[in-house]
Amino acid sequence: MEFLSFFIPTIAANGHSHGGGSLTDVSDEWPTWSEIFETMALRAGHNTNTVILGTVMLGIAAGVVGVFALLRKRSLMTDALSHATLPGIALAFLVAAALGAEGRSLPVLLVGATLSGALGVVCIQAIIRFTRLREDAAIGIVLSVFFGAGIVGLSYIQANAASGAAGLNKFIYGQTAAMGRGDAILMACIAALAVVAALVLLKEFAIVCFNDAFAKVDGWPVSLIDLAMMSLVVVVTVAGLQAVGLILVVAMLIIPSVAARFWTDRLWLLVVLAALIGGASGYFGSVVSALLPRKPAGAVIVLTAGAIFAISLVFAPQRGALASLVRRVRLRIRFAGEHLLEFAYERGGAELSEADITSVARLRAWPFWMRPIVVRSILRRGQAVRSANALLLTDEGLERGARISRNHKLWEQYLTSYADIAPSHVDWSVDQVEHVLSDELIAELEAQLAARGIVVPAPTGERAAR
Amino acid sequence: MIEFDIGVDLFPLLAGTLAAITCGLLGNFLVLRRLSLMGDAISHSVLPGLVIAFLIASTRNPLVMFAGAAIAGVVTVVLVELVKRLGRVEPGAAMGVVFSVLFAFGVLLIEKAAARSVDLDADCVLHGQLETLFWIGAPERWVDLFSWSTLDAAPRQVVVLAIMCFLSVVFIAALFKELRIAAFDPAMATAQGFNPTLMHYVLMIFVASATVASFEAVGSILVIAMLVCPAATARLLTDRLRSQIVFSVIIAAATGILGYFAATAIPGLFDRGSVNAAGSMAMVAGFILSVAIVLAPRHGVVVRVWRRRRLGRSVAVDDLIAALYRAEERGMSGLSRAGIRNALVGRAADNALARVRRRGLVDEREHEIVLTPDGRRAAAALVRRHRLWERYLVDQAGLPVDHVHETAEELEHVDVTPAPAQGQGLDPHGRLIPDEDADLDGASAGHR
Repeated sequence: MEFLSFFIPTIAANGHSHGGGSLTDVSDEWPTWSEIFETMALRAGHNTNTVILGTVMLGIAAGVVGVFALLRKRSLMTDALSHATLPGIALAFLVAAALGAEGRSLPVLLVGATLSGALGVVCIQAIIRFTRLREDAAIGIVLSVFFGAGIVGLSYIQANAASGAAGLNKFIYGQTAAMGRGDAILMACIAALAVVAALVLLKEFAIVCFNDAFAKVDGWPVSLIDLAMMSLVVVVTVAGLQAVGLILVVAMLIIPSVAARFWTDRLWLLVVLAALIGGASGYFGSVVSALLPRKPAGAVIVLTAGAIFAISLVFAPQRGALASLVRRVRLRIRFAGEHLLEFAYERGGAELSEADITSVARLRAWPFWMRPIVVRSILRRGQAVRSANALLLTDEGLERGARISRNHKLWEQYLTSYADIAPSHVDWSVDQVEHVLSDELIAELEAQLAARGIVVPAPTGERAAR
Repeated sequence: MIEFDIGVDLFPLLAGTLAAITCGLLGNFLVLRRLSLMGDAISHSVLPGLVIAFLIASTRNPLVMFAGAAIAGVVTVVLVELVKRLGRVEPGAAMGVVFSVLFAFGVLLIEKAAARSVDLDADCVLHGQLETLFWIGAPERWVDLFSWSTLDAAPRQVVVLAIMCFLSVVFIAALFKELRIAAFDPAMATAQGFNPTLMHYVLMIFVASATVASFEAVGSILVIAMLVCPAATARLLTDRLRSQIVFSVIIAAATGILGYFAATAIPGLFDRGSVNAAGSMAMVAGFILSVAIVLAPRHGVVVRVWRRRRLGRSVAVDDLIAALYRAEERGMSGLSRAGIRNALVGRAADNALARVRRRGLVDEREHEIVLTPDGRRAAAALVRRHRLWERYLVDQAGLPVDHVHETAEELEHVDVTPAPAQGQGLDPHGRLIPDEDADLDGASAGHR
């Protein structure tokens, strides 16, 4: 018997239709330029357009609502929430069928999804509140148990309902292409409503997100606002079920806001950016899925958003990885240069030979590439000039060295006498702090130490004596 | 009576139970380290690992699949860590970003594989195909099972799961000490000379492998349920890690067995076809957990509510006699019922009154409640403790005089009395602190 054989049945026997079964259908070839242009410009027919617009709207809504989920640290709760919709869908189908109505009608299923999703959220909160289990366990429990119940429901329908469960599975993986016009319009309306509600309540959401204790003291109905926030998440999740499926709708809620968070610290801008990223991902995903076969919209949407996230993570100007790497390296080089100046000052004399630099480098454990960069940085700052020996410190360099040396002693004194840190333990942290003490802080340190009768001598030399 | 047909039921039952035990065992450390959702993330992101392994090797050899899954598991953990560190993103969001992108990638790859006319069915990844494990030509009687031919007949899924289960047991038994220290105190682990990060990654590789081993039979949904629910249930039942692990394994096994029979037998009672067994196991796991939430001996809701009420009752009794004592200090002989209700505002004053009368701490005469000598002794001890605490909070803890009453009001009900300072007979508000043998004959002052 072959391993994972269930996992790979042959395609012929399997009637499973693919999300990317796609509007332009069957051919494996690339679309022509005019097809691409027409689809992108929304001229590829009414149905395609509705689907694209619906997905864009959903992306915008998910982006906006996701911001608040992120700020409330509830990103993964949306995961549990979306999984928890499945039993509601199955149950709604069964109830509607038992009442003789059309079980597969979208509004009925969405009502069921909303109710059981909300119940899942309530269960999470109850588990956190009433047991010793933490949030992560609560989310995992609700997610898996509810989803298991949903699977049981679907298999029950499959085995017992006359029509089978066909069509309900799409809520797991999503099937943008199979969406009818009415469905797309319904989804777009729900999404638009969520966006409007979020914008109207922006101020209330902001205050609860940033300081709920203050909001409570200030008389805001915090639980009510929280409830509204969570309901918006539920509504958007449910709206996204059909388009991208319950696993990937989580991504649409989380990724745009996390990506946008890299670019700004302002809430309204965060909301706008998240909406843009979500909308762009939705647009790109549905266009690609309309043009190419076997490219399910949900996956393309999520991968687009993921790519934007990756770019933000690396390249964002303030919080990006690259920017902070540059900042850290620069700081480290400045510290290293100042250690060099400090060394020269404490030894006395403005001359630094190659051997001196080598010994400082060894003492401070510089990596091999740092030495030339450090030397160049002090030259560029005008703290030293090239000389026959190696470096000759300028007055400015000497003064800086004197200040660093004095800062070191001040802070060391402070730590040993005020913070009760053993003298043998202070040196390492002092080596970091000595570079960043401001003038005000130094004045205060001097005053405090003077009050204890400790005087750290001012640096010698008329220029250094400030 | 539940019908058990060896041919139809034995191997599915075995597979489900083995998967449940394996995941339940590993889940203990995930729940402890608040990494429950890592199991969720890994079981989603294993998908692209499997598909890539298949596309590269063009084989369904189990070792290749395990390698793909293990690599995907480690990649997930590394990526989550990277996103958390580089982007300073909160852990939940980081996990959400990583696993959903990887899963989307997997879905796309499946479609690509489908283009090569091999269809990888993602549905099965979710809920498995336990029902297909029937055994044609199974013996009729139980006795016949104990022969070597049973091993030959065992489907590969069951064998893989058995091996995985065995490996997990060995892993946890052999490295129990290290895993425990790494879970509770990573810094100490480092100081003891082993690498907690390495332990973390080994654990994650095990989780990823258990996920793959279970996929075949029960799907990822049961994996997530079993990684979290049995360990969480056991955690409600005990405070010791060893017994937690033992409990979780028992619970996991029970979940597997009960879940399976619930799926096959219960619908049969109503003449319906059987439902998905993996899903039903997840539901049973949730059911057992909710029973534990309500009824657990120390951490259950019922016990905690009962403890709270008992505490509330004893505090009301204390407050009632203390109010009478203070009334006596003000020169009154006792309080009316209305006065008692005022002193115990918001609580069931009449119940408390009935209780203290039963204990003989108060008497009721002519519409007035007064302390008996016993009651006075108990009340004096209580007021003494209250005022000594106030004294302590002002003198030793440096709190302002007008901030200490509320704290002392709570501390007076605890059986700890601060040592009285020399020559201080007054509390910070200038009231007399009752002597230890207030009023009387040197009897013990404790009223409980």
